[in-house]
Amino acid sequence: MTNKAMDYASVMARKQEIMLKSVGIDYSKFESGSLSFDYERMMRETGYSLEEMQQIQYGVNVGNTPILELKNLTALARTCALKGMGARIFIKDEACNPSGSFKARRAANSVYHAKRLGFKGVLTATSGNYGAAVASQAAIHGLKCIVVQECYDSKGKGQPEIIEKARKCESLGAEVVQLSVGPELFYKFLLLLEETGYFNASLYTPFGIAGVETLGYEISMQFREKYGKDPDVVVCTNAGGGNLTGTARGLLKAGAKCEIIGASVDLSGLHMASDEAFNRKSFTTGHTGFGVPFSSWPDRSDVPRSAARPLRYMDRYVTITQGDVFYITECLATLEGLEKGPAGNTALAAAFALAQEYPEEATIIVQETEYTGAGKHLQPQLSFARDNGIRIFFGNPEEEIPGTNIILPKHPSLIKAKEVDLDRMRKSLIKQAMATYEVTVPTEEDIQFLAEETRTNPDYVKNAIKSL
Amino acid sequence: MIAKDSWVRIHKIILTPQERAPQVPDDTKKVPLELWTKGFLEQDAQLGEEVTITTVTGRKERGTLIEVNPAYDHAFGNFIPELLEIDQQVREMVFGGEKNDQ
Repeated sequence: MTNKAMDYASVMARKQEIMLKSVGIDYSKFESGSLSFDYERMMRETGYSLEEMQQIQYGVNVGNTPILELKNLTALARTCALKGMGARIFIKDEACNPSGSFKARRAANSVYHAKRLGFKGVLTATSGNYGAAVASQAAIHGLKCIVVQECYDSKGKGQPEIIEKARKCESLGAEVVQLSVGPELFYKFLLLLEETGYFNASLYTPFGIAGVETLGYEISMQFREKYGKDPDVVVCTNAGGGNLTGTARGLLKAGAKCEIIGASVDLSGLHMASDEAFNRKSFTTGHTGFGVPFSSWPDRSDVPRSAARPLRYMDRYVTITQGDVFYITECLATLEGLEKGPAGNTALAAAFALAQEYPEEATIIVQETEYTGAGKHLQPQLSFARDNGIRIFFGNPEEEIPGTNIILPKHPSLIKAKEVDLDRMRKSLIKQAMATYEVTVPTEEDIQFLAEETRTNPDYVKNAIKSL
Repeated sequence: MIAKDSWVRIHKIILTPQERAPQVPDDTKKVPLELWTKGFLEQDAQLGEEVTITTVTGRKERGTLIEVNPAYDHAFGNFIPELLEIDQQVREMVFGGEKNDQ
């Protein structure tokens, strides 16, 4: 590799070649030659069956996490709701997984697959829980592991939550490569793949996404056993889309017909690649900075065709504020005796507001929790925000300006889930697909594909194309 | 002097401002892309010197030696008193505050 050019443009130009070697999937097999590709065939032929995944995950102590009913949080929501309203709120306690989050499911499959293919190590680019999950699974399988993180701003100031994740990865035996802010993280990631020949444990491969199917499936099975029915609503924190996609696919495999609602923290106005804005946000994932672009165009990920395609499965998409999530995280501790999150409580804050739209007999489940600790807890995160000049006060969270203030709701009735315009996102996906693949006249297959991608119908797609 | 084989942290610049990606926002383009990692020191060295380390995966990386036995210093930050207000408010709403104290 020493004779290869190492500059940014040259390395990026080798992306396809590096990816093919490091993921072991020939994506071209699923391409139609136009903008469409065969998503289900890709999931079938490169992933694992549900039974195989359960075997893989249960064999390494991943999954089978408990479902907890949050009776006191439900009681609080009902004090804010109209009489007779306020669905029962549940959480699936995914923090019980070995690495402390649902990401263990994605990692279990990826690392198992890497080992099976004979790779000596795994590499992943993430500042989130997925790094710890890959490190944990690599430890179990005796594989080497490198986690590449975006961690510091140009003043060397690190996000406390990301620094904690680095500690966790290192304690699980991984090498952590920390970088300052910028999308060129991907450049270093490619260089490391080339240098080590490790497996790319991408978040977006079929095995990673399918790994979450067991979560959706378990929700249905556990709910049926305990309550005699499926939950009415499942709320998923949405960032890269894999959480929602995998959960929804698992629910479908169980034959469950739940309403699927995505939720992200509203970070609108903050540029994700900005050095100055980096430490002005209190959420490093689960936010609109990932959720909106990745849902409206999934193929911006680190693989040619992402297996995470949330618009195919989402019934509704809502946002919630940073202040709302911190408030609900504190409620979870003080009312339910559970310290979790905060980032993983994004869907819980949304569920608290959404529950009030449903009658008391309805059930709403938040499909994850995550571990908490030094750095990764609402106390240090709010302290860090205050140190960075973010004003924190009680008021109406609707007036929160990301990067300027964090408004804790002065009353829980002010916690509102704000609807995201899915129609706009669907049209944006159609437009992006046409532009990316330089298609002016889509084939019938393309129209059908876009209808599936946007969960609409061919007429919707044709009209959307006409209005471009 | 820091002895060979010590566990250390290094820092290096991997892209100068001029070498950064074209799509990077202006404020980010003004600063270099920096890297930090940890490993075992290959030769005796002083802080601030350019060194080579071997990471836990066996990889070699070069950079400026900045720390020996690097510690984790993240914590729970300064106390946020607002959290107590939330506790009192929601406990009162759910359990009826004083009623519950009797």
